[in-house]
Amino acid sequence: MMRDITLGQYFPGTSVLHRSDPRMKLILTLIFIVFVFLAKSLWAYVWLFVFTFSLLIVSRLPVKVILKGLKPVLFIIAITVIFNLFLTKGEDLLFECKFIHIYFEGVMFAVYMIIRIVCLILGTSVILTYTTSPVDLTDGIEQLLSPLKKIKIPVHEFAMMMSIALRFIPTLTEETEKIMNAQKARGADLSSGGLIKRAKALIPILIPLFVSSLRRADELATAMECRCYRGGDGRTRMKRLKYSPRDLVLFLVFAAFGTGIILLNIFIPYLVI
Amino acid sequence: MSTITLQNVSYLYSAGTPFEKYALKDINVTIPSGRITGLIGHTGSGKSTLVQLLNGLLRPTEGKILLDGRDIWEDEKKIRDVRFKVGLVMQYPEYQLFEETVRKDVAFGPKNMGLEAPEIEERVKMAAFFCGITEDLLDKSPFELSGGQKRRVAIAGVIAMRPEFLILDEPSAGLDPVGRDTILGGIKKYREETGGSVVIVSHSMEDVAVYCDSLIVMNKGAVYAEGDTREIFSTPEKLYGVGLDVPQITGVTEALRSKGLGLPSDILTVSEARDAILSLAKRRGLL
Repeated sequence: MMRDITLGQYFPGTSVLHRSDPRMKLILTLIFIVFVFLAKSLWAYVWLFVFTFSLLIVSRLPVKVILKGLKPVLFIIAITVIFNLFLTKGEDLLFECKFIHIYFEGVMFAVYMIIRIVCLILGTSVILTYTTSPVDLTDGIEQLLSPLKKIKIPVHEFAMMMSIALRFIPTLTEETEKIMNAQKARGADLSSGGLIKRAKALIPILIPLFVSSLRRADELATAMECRCYRGGDGRTRMKRLKYSPRDLVLFLVFAAFGTGIILLNIFIPYLVI
Repeated sequence: MSTITLQNVSYLYSAGTPFEKYALKDINVTIPSGRITGLIGHTGSGKSTLVQLLNGLLRPTEGKILLDGRDIWEDEKKIRDVRFKVGLVMQYPEYQLFEETVRKDVAFGPKNMGLEAPEIEERVKMAAFFCGITEDLLDKSPFELSGGQKRRVAIAGVIAMRPEFLILDEPSAGLDPVGRDTILGGIKKYREETGGSVVIVSHSMEDVAVYCDSLIVMNKGAVYAEGDTREIFSTPEKLYGVGLDVPQITGVTEALRSKGLGLPSDILTVSEARDAILSLAKRRGLL
């Protein structure tokens, strides 16, 4: 059961998106999010949809993986659609039945929202989470935020904490599974009873888990000290991030995408929200 | 006396993904009752998977596990009863302790069985006795204890359920010789006095030679050999082939035999070897 939880959904590959610089991908993700929300007219939405779709194709990720990423947001999409469909008031009445009124504007809103959410999720995950390994990601964040060091923000330490946290997720998952099995072997009942009983049943799992996490943290700290780790000052890295022409091209593509959204909003203002 | 029989049991890891792999394939074996059985095999041979199948922590992909002739998965809701009958001590069990006192922690299993307080108290005492836990340790926090003591408390936690089958996955891994002998000696005593059955997973050929009556040898997810301990160790070549060994002293006497000394071929412990060599010396008039 625990194995199904995938945090950090990195899916290895060799596409352009996989190979480009994590810093650039972080910037592109921000640009992408901003323009998703700037789209207003029908054609801007179509453009957004086409662009996101081409990103999916370029990333060469299996369709199954991509669809799996959409599953958690289905509920949110459903709620949004229902609210927009039934609660939007407009002029063009399409359907009426007792207290239910559906207007053309409502339908339009709902469709826009679906496109917006789907593109937001798929776009960001394809640009960043699916195609960037957690290590690259923290490296990228560290480098992007490094100017903040000037105002005494411990950027390196934060990045280190983040990569350690990510590194230990699978370890802790495995540990949890082991402890659960051990307590089940002693007859612990984890899946029946009311809320309070179930919460109580978690104590035999949580306490050993905390104890072992603390122990692991201690051991890791000692191991790092043994290898003379002393923070970010003067630390060199094995893998240096370097922008390549590929990153510039990618940036230009995204700039074109953004410009497209703005131009379509202004010049073909058809069905604007 | 209870019996456990595995019928055509297979277990597939990560089924339905590209990583799927048989951990166990078509296993047919009966766990001997009323004795201590050693489960040995190279790392990754499926020992740990097998023991987790025995008490229903894992469900076989194919095949049946029969406890007293009944499929343990016949009624899913009753799997907890199976776990009380087949007590499993996992690897490094000291990390599963959680209660405020040793006494409470050992009582966790019996409490889950729904026993009355006096009965629980009695079982805690019984388990503490077999695991060499003294009265003063019972009221300490399990987190204050040494590694070896914690291990013994964890094992006591399973023994307190008085399982008909006691299964231990590498109970002596990472312990010093004294800690190892306390634990394995206690388990032997437990078996003799309660008349149950014990399965010990181990990598130490010396330990299984001393403590186990019979052995099951695993290799690549299948049962490679089974039989009495002496019988299994009398064919060393067969064991070398699957990355296993015989006890060191058996290796020594084998080497002596190949030099033409008339020693028996089934020596398992140092004291047996000593007796055999002394009697040989006497026979040759050297003493």
